Amino acid sequence: MSMQSQDIIRRSATSSLTPPPQVRDHKLEVAKLIDVTVCIGCKGCQVACSEWNDIRDEVGHNHGIYDNPVDLTAKSWTVMRFAEHQDEGGRLQWLIRKDGCMHCADPGCLKSCPAPGAIIQYANGVVDFQSEHCIGCGYCVTGCPFNVPRINKDDHKAYKCSLCSDRLAIGQEPSCVKTCPTGAIQFGTKEDMKLVADDRVKDLKERGFANAGLYDPQGVGGTHVMYVLHHADRPELYSGLPANPAISPLVSIWKGVTKPLATLALAGVALGSLFHYVTKGPNEVSREIEEEIEAEDKEAAK
Amino acid sequence: MNINRRQFFKISAASLSSSGLAALGMTPTAAQADVRQYKLFRATETRNNCTYCSVGCGILMYSLGDGAKNAKKKIFHVEGDPDHPVSRGSLCPKGAGVLDFIHSPQRLKYPEVREAGSNEWKRISWEEALDRIARLMKDDRDANFIEKNDKGQLVNRWTTTGFLGSSAASNETGILDVKFARALGMVHLENQARLCHGPSVAGLAPSFGRGAMTNNWVDIKNANVILVMGGNPAEAHPVGFKWAVEAKVRNKAYMMVVDPRFNRTAAVADFYSPIRAGADSAFLLGVAHYLLTNDKIQHEYVKAYTNAPLIVREDYKFEDGLFSGYDAEKRSYDRSSWAYELGADGYALRDETLQHPRCVFNLLKKHVERYTPEMVSSICGTPKEDFLHVCEKLASTCVPDKTTSILYALGWTHHVGGSQMIRASAIVQLLLGNIGMPGGGINALRGHSNVQGFTDLGVLTTMLPGYLTLPNENQETLQAYLEQRTPKTLVDKQVNFWKNTPKFMVSFLKGMYGDKATPENNFGYDWLPKWDRSYDVMAFVEQMHKGKANGYIIQGFNVIAAAASSGKVREGLAKLKYLVVMDPLQTETSSFWQNHGEFNNVNPTDIQTTVFRLPSSCFAEENGSIANSGRWLQWHWAAQTPPHEAWHDGRFLGTLLMKLRELYAKEGGVCPEPLMNVDWHYHDPKDPHPEEVAKQLNGYALADLFDDKGNQIAKKGELLSSFAHLRDDGTTTSLCWIYTGQWTQAGNMMARRDNTDTGLGNTPGWGFAWPANRRLLYNRASADPSGKPWDPKRKFLHWDGVKWSGADVPDYPPTAAPGSGVSPFIMLQDGVGHLFSMGAMTDGPFPEHYEPEESPIPANPLHSGSGKSPVARIFKDDKPTFGSREEFPYVATSYSITEMFRHWTKHSLLNAIVQPEQFVEISEKLAASKGIKAGDLIKVSSKRGHIRGKAVVTKRVMTLQVAGQEVEQVGIPVHWGFEGTARKGYLANTLSPRVGDANTHTPEYKAFLVNIEKA
Repeated sequence: MSMQSQDIIRRSATSSLTPPPQVRDHKLEVAKLIDVTVCIGCKGCQVACSEWNDIRDEVGHNHGIYDNPVDLTAKSWTVMRFAEHQDEGGRLQWLIRKDGCMHCADPGCLKSCPAPGAIIQYANGVVDFQSEHCIGCGYCVTGCPFNVPRINKDDHKAYKCSLCSDRLAIGQEPSCVKTCPTGAIQFGTKEDMKLVADDRVKDLKERGFANAGLYDPQGVGGTHVMYVLHHADRPELYSGLPANPAISPLVSIWKGVTKPLATLALAGVALGSLFHYVTKGPNEVSREIEEEIEAEDKEAAK
Repeated sequence: MNINRRQFFKISAASLSSSGLAALGMTPTAAQADVRQYKLFRATETRNNCTYCSVGCGILMYSLGDGAKNAKKKIFHVEGDPDHPVSRGSLCPKGAGVLDFIHSPQRLKYPEVREAGSNEWKRISWEEALDRIARLMKDDRDANFIEKNDKGQLVNRWTTTGFLGSSAASNETGILDVKFARALGMVHLENQARLCHGPSVAGLAPSFGRGAMTNNWVDIKNANVILVMGGNPAEAHPVGFKWAVEAKVRNKAYMMVVDPRFNRTAAVADFYSPIRAGADSAFLLGVAHYLLTNDKIQHEYVKAYTNAPLIVREDYKFEDGLFSGYDAEKRSYDRSSWAYELGADGYALRDETLQHPRCVFNLLKKHVERYTPEMVSSICGTPKEDFLHVCEKLASTCVPDKTTSILYALGWTHHVGGSQMIRASAIVQLLLGNIGMPGGGINALRGHSNVQGFTDLGVLTTMLPGYLTLPNENQETLQAYLEQRTPKTLVDKQVNFWKNTPKFMVSFLKGMYGDKATPENNFGYDWLPKWDRSYDVMAFVEQMHKGKANGYIIQGFNVIAAAASSGKVREGLAKLKYLVVMDPLQTETSSFWQNHGEFNNVNPTDIQTTVFRLPSSCFAEENGSIANSGRWLQWHWAAQTPPHEAWHDGRFLGTLLMKLRELYAKEGGVCPEPLMNVDWHYHDPKDPHPEEVAKQLNGYALADLFDDKGNQIAKKGELLSSFAHLRDDGTTTSLCWIYTGQWTQAGNMMARRDNTDTGLGNTPGWGFAWPANRRLLYNRASADPSGKPWDPKRKFLHWDGVKWSGADVPDYPPTAAPGSGVSPFIMLQDGVGHLFSMGAMTDGPFPEHYEPEESPIPANPLHSGSGKSPVARIFKDDKPTFGSREEFPYVATSYSITEMFRHWTKHSLLNAIVQPEQFVEISEKLAASKGIKAGDLIKVSSKRGHIRGKAVVTKRVMTLQVAGQEVEQVGIPVHWGFEGTARKGYLANTLSPRVGDANTHTPEYKAFLVNIEKA
């Protein structure tokens, strides 16, 4: 399952004329399976993730709930989300979901990213951010149907779970998977994970969860992080897991209409931007645009 | 689709700035893309065990450098050890964040002193610190040492300076604590077990013979039904809980949780039912009642393996909440009537037909008949149908091929009747035939990483290593002690293994005093301190508070945070002359004198205690062994050196003892013999190495040893391989007999790493388990008397015609053939499990539900009197600190949550991030009645003080119907304080009352009364 730069199958903002090398495509497709029905919400995965990746978020506050940090941040790539649910019979369920990047087969972040090579997809299915190429525009945030990437305010770059691509590259499992005390997070080929999920769903149905099922949403081509849910018919019970996630229409416009129009009609400006790119780099271009928009907003507000 | 102008502009602008270039084929350079460099290549990998809880997870620590002499090791990453049979690579949030504990900014770097009345720490040298401490100790000892008591008995005790050991320290440190403290005559020698699982020993040992988890972590996977009650393993022992989930996922097990709140264990259970905190005995006795009235017991097991047929004395009585022999004046029982009726041969009378009205079986039936489902529901607040559902599921395992595994922890031990809750569970499991069975048992999930070890080593006021007791002052000679402490066999043919007490005691004394222990001086028996009363933590706090203590040496024990009623502890510490805190971290105990605003509002100038704060190494910086909850002794290795000037505990103890010896040699003093004669022959007496101490713990042959047939067992000077080789004539030594076998001539058995599964998840080649490497206690009971396994799928031991063998080491005489009449509970005088415990419990041979000292209901529905324990530990001075139900209407219960470990992890940034701030859990109904919303700051008050925390308003805390009234419960996680990386908070034990379990003096932390208001 090793993974090198040569195993990239998709790069953000890269023309089909200069595609990434793709010959090493005979790879096992991997997946992380999160069985929320045996997840105890211990946050071992949160801690192991931060420890492995050498990140430390802020010491925040208690907000009257168990969720902490209360949301994903550039320095918390996975968080546990807790939801109390009373079933039809009046019995309480505490639905706990590990939230984080789903590693979509059809990644909205990658599609919407304007920075060449800032987001890549490997042959094994991992969608990885290459932070040094990130221009901090935040389109990946818009493009993500799961609201996962976060921009770090200090370096204006986007961050999210890498599925521990550095560990995968040498044949290890992701840090969260390894640490999970109850085996609620498992890792293997996507094929194997689906089989594991089948067994779990069967067991859950025997235990009275008639709607148990696997969450592998096809609206994004399936994901490389999948959930086993007791209530697969109502994923939104799990702190708003989208029932039918799809890439934002904004990204479709960008890919389908805007891009060629802009390219053709404004070729001259594009050349100008090349000059700008060479001299200043993409990051600042982006900021100029942001500033322009902000100025307009202020104008509009008057 | 709804796109505004701005979004459109953003999108198209991006086209221009970047993608446009690519589309034109003009990307300036091919951007490099690669995964992050793998950070562990060639780092030094060191094996260790997690320092937090008693699961004892294997960890791999990665340090800078490849081991070269010129590279200074520093741990930069920790992850799970995939080879470890229990943890299999997993770590919970505490273990996964242990790196930030090791490198906590609160790690102590050098010795400091806070002078009396001063407002600051002052850095001093080790030399100066130890010189001053030795002086203070000697002066106090010389002034207050008691050689003879008023009756003229030799007692050799020093009561005015106490010593707290740390249940996170290694066994090698622990036994040095014992040698050091007892050599000086200290009687207040304690560790966290007192405030933790003390009642486990007190409840399990009288039931089965040993006070430990009966099975082990991995074995839980073999269960068919799991009852989690009085514990919350998903939060407190997440990685051990792996095996409960495994039972569910792979063994179709049914998991039930009965707890005051819907916790994270309940989140993955099949069934949850609420219970009022402190009502567990009523629930369990109700289960026993259900099993007996519905004939859901394993008859053959009950007859053969419990004391059901044995006949109890005629003068035993139980009336209206009181057992026979009660002395109201002394608040204690004369237990002589709680015994069997003996025949002329000295053996107990029995009735195999179970018809005799006074056989244990009928007494039990009679005792539990009051615990009807209606009564249980009324006392516990558990809906009747929930209670019956739990009963039915448990009852389904009364057949030979089904088992229930009970998992509990502090939810039982932290109650005024904690020991008896455990006894009640023992009764249930014996009736179901689930003890000694793979997938069965009562699994006491111990707390700290080595609290099992510190209990084994007798770091407790009236104990000695290996569950021997420290002599009391009436046991004036070794002979008298041995006579009293060596139990008589009560049923013919039984092993009664404690008959070997003389061998264990003499071998201990040889370990303690070495060459100085001779037959002529009774092996130094006189030098041991003799006690007049229990000097437990509660008692020593009382003593400090009365100004009757002068010094306290505290090693890795945050007593102000951990003991009940923090305010009283603070006042007590302030009356000491000197306090020595040896700890890796800045603790609230060491800075009790410092003003931290609302969290610790004291005036330093008023406090005249001299405080020494000494930096110690932590687990990651030492070699040594710790004992996990499954009694596994696991050896670990240092991955870096202690930071800055921090020392190993052994170096502190050794250097200090040498200084004291110098002072006594130079100046003379009171009773120097014990401290001069204690064996301290280490390669460097100032810094004993763990390896040499571990071998001493195991024990040596001091002469050539031969067995009955004249075969040589061991040569003089060799390490022993079994406690069966110990002698009572001084020719063997072993500091802790149950640990014999841990380091033999074949090497360090604790360091073994063979994880081969010999059957049902048993891994006897991993580490070493006491006793004798047995992994499942009482395992002979997994087969019927004729030797046939109760369940063919659970064949654990078998008789091969000559001896017992199988997946585990038999906990049984290996050559006692099936049908020999030798019963499986070899540590007990009668060989059988105890439904009735005879005189071993101080508060009754059967459990009984008593109301907590602070009860939300006016009367115990079972009794006419107060309905409270007639023998609970209460000090007179504390009585005014108990609140009434009128003033404090809500039941508070304190606990741990997953992200944190007691008061340690608040020092770890990674853990502070995931649970940053103190909170309190209340029901939606209570919140609404007080106008409290989630996230509001609220104040929780008891008669003893108050805390503030954020309100977590939740459906998971339910309003209960108890004895005809509504009862609200308030959940109080304990993890914050005024030192650490997490946000400052209050010590939660400010609220808890000083009421102790009658058997162990473990305080009531989990059922007391409070009021709440919006802060």
